[in-house]
Amino acid sequence: MSRETAVNLLLALLLLGAPLMAAGMGEPFYVTLATRVVVLALAAVGLNLALGLGGLLSFGHAAFFGLGGYVAGILATHAFNAEPLFADIPGTTSMPLIWITAVAVAGLVALPIGAISLRTSGVYFIMITLAFAQMIYYFAISWPAYGGEDGLSLSMRNAFPGVNTAKPLPYFLICYAALMAMLVLFHRVEGSRFGSALQAARQNGTRLAAVGIAPFNIRLVAFAVSAMITGFAGALYADLNRFVGPSMLSWHMSGELIVLIILGGKGRLFGPVAGAMIFVFFEYVLGGITERWQFFLGLILLGIVLFARGGLLGLLSGKPRHV
Amino acid sequence: MSEPVLEIRDLRKSFGALKATDGVSLELRPGQIHALIGPNGAGKSTLIHQIAGSLKADSGTIRFRGRDIGGLDMAARARLGLARSFQISSLAQEFSALRNVMLAVQARQGSSFRFFRQVTHDKALIEPAMAMLERVELAARAHVPAAELSHGERRQLEIAIALALSPRAFLFDEPMAGMGPEGSKRLTSFLDGLRHEAPMLLVEHDMDAVFALADRVSVLVYGRIIASGTVDEIRSDPDVRRAYLGETA
Repeated sequence: MSRETAVNLLLALLLLGAPLMAAGMGEPFYVTLATRVVVLALAAVGLNLALGLGGLLSFGHAAFFGLGGYVAGILATHAFNAEPLFADIPGTTSMPLIWITAVAVAGLVALPIGAISLRTSGVYFIMITLAFAQMIYYFAISWPAYGGEDGLSLSMRNAFPGVNTAKPLPYFLICYAALMAMLVLFHRVEGSRFGSALQAARQNGTRLAAVGIAPFNIRLVAFAVSAMITGFAGALYADLNRFVGPSMLSWHMSGELIVLIILGGKGRLFGPVAGAMIFVFFEYVLGGITERWQFFLGLILLGIVLFARGGLLGLLSGKPRHV
Repeated sequence: MSEPVLEIRDLRKSFGALKATDGVSLELRPGQIHALIGPNGAGKSTLIHQIAGSLKADSGTIRFRGRDIGGLDMAARARLGLARSFQISSLAQEFSALRNVMLAVQARQGSSFRFFRQVTHDKALIEPAMAMLERVELAARAHVPAAELSHGERRQLEIAIALALSPRAFLFDEPMAGMGPEGSKRLTSFLDGLRHEAPMLLVEHDMDAVFALADRVSVLVYGRIIASGTVDEIRSDPDVRRAYLGETA
């Protein structure tokens, strides 16, 4: 077992053990906090596929996160009010159905956004993805049917067969299982033929084209899959907070996801997990002391970018990723 | 005489006022090594870029295996069987030598949209890739990241990647560049054997290699082919001697 694998396992156990203990001691707040870590990590796992493996610095992943959230919010609202969504299609409060819809919507929206954005690279790619996300953000603000600026509140958490989702711990376990499943997926994709081509596209797109694989096609699929995972996380986030609002779509959210990945370790399997743990920890601990906690987070980010490019996982496990 | 595999007609490319390619026509026939020589700045690499698809020609046609490939991008041309090496090695630097070749094998198999099977256990990729590394005598360095290979080893790796594509034509842009005399000599005899796998358009400065290998030589000066013929014809061509060989021979 490599050192990085050991660190990953430790993080996975810590993330599972801490809320179990908190629940045992009757501290549901910490279970909810851990669920927040898990869901943010999941959103960043999605971005990590595009950013870490593919080198695609999307500054618009909040769009997919928010879309996932709005899918959950809208379907649940329609089900609650017993209004059909359109024609005869009803809303739903079933989490699995919501997830499938959220993933599908995120993927379908990502395809045209990716197809246009991926014609550019570098700073233009960053700006175009940002522009698309902001378009969706302003659209959500100006659409009163679903709360506009105020967002949508869910009167109760959506349902999962056989689980009481209203309680913090069962809901945490659902999210944790989702995160682990997506980490397995990420790991498999990284080592697959597609993953090879995607990483080669990051390292040297000309080389990839010279062997006959068009980098554009590979990047587009990666961008869509990445958006689908982040959309999935968005649906879970809406259920966690029982609220979805335009803030999930804003560029702050896109920036946070990038920060999580850089804190934890870009392109590393557990980078988003480590990043989300640090982020929520500081948000909670420093946020309790000062409203300016993001200033201190900024200092840490600066330190990592200057002295520890591999992020927290790079510090802990040390070795380079590709051998 | 057999049909040319690669046929270029009146190709033109300008960068502003500079005519980098000025009405070039040439043919590459099966079994041939066609060497392209010329002084620095003559437009040899620019020509290779246009054939491979990394630069678009202003006008003229490029036919490969009987079809006009002028509208195809680099990846599509590679899939048709054009394998190139780069003047300055262009590799996936973080990947090992083996994985660089495996990428070519997977491209040839047309199977990059597989998401689950792990390439590190995929014999269908590893075995052909390893065989190519053995052919270029790089098997011992298979697991070294491309970034850590020596200059000469990177040149060998580029050729292994080209071989793994089972191409219908090779485009080699100065494969000997920066290699010592010993390495050049070994590479020359290696390339000599390749002409029977696929014809080769070879840009090279090493005149010993060119004269040893080439079936035909074209001399490019300021974007124009000033002479084209067998090695003996080129050696005795007065224009060529004046324009080019005179400086070195």
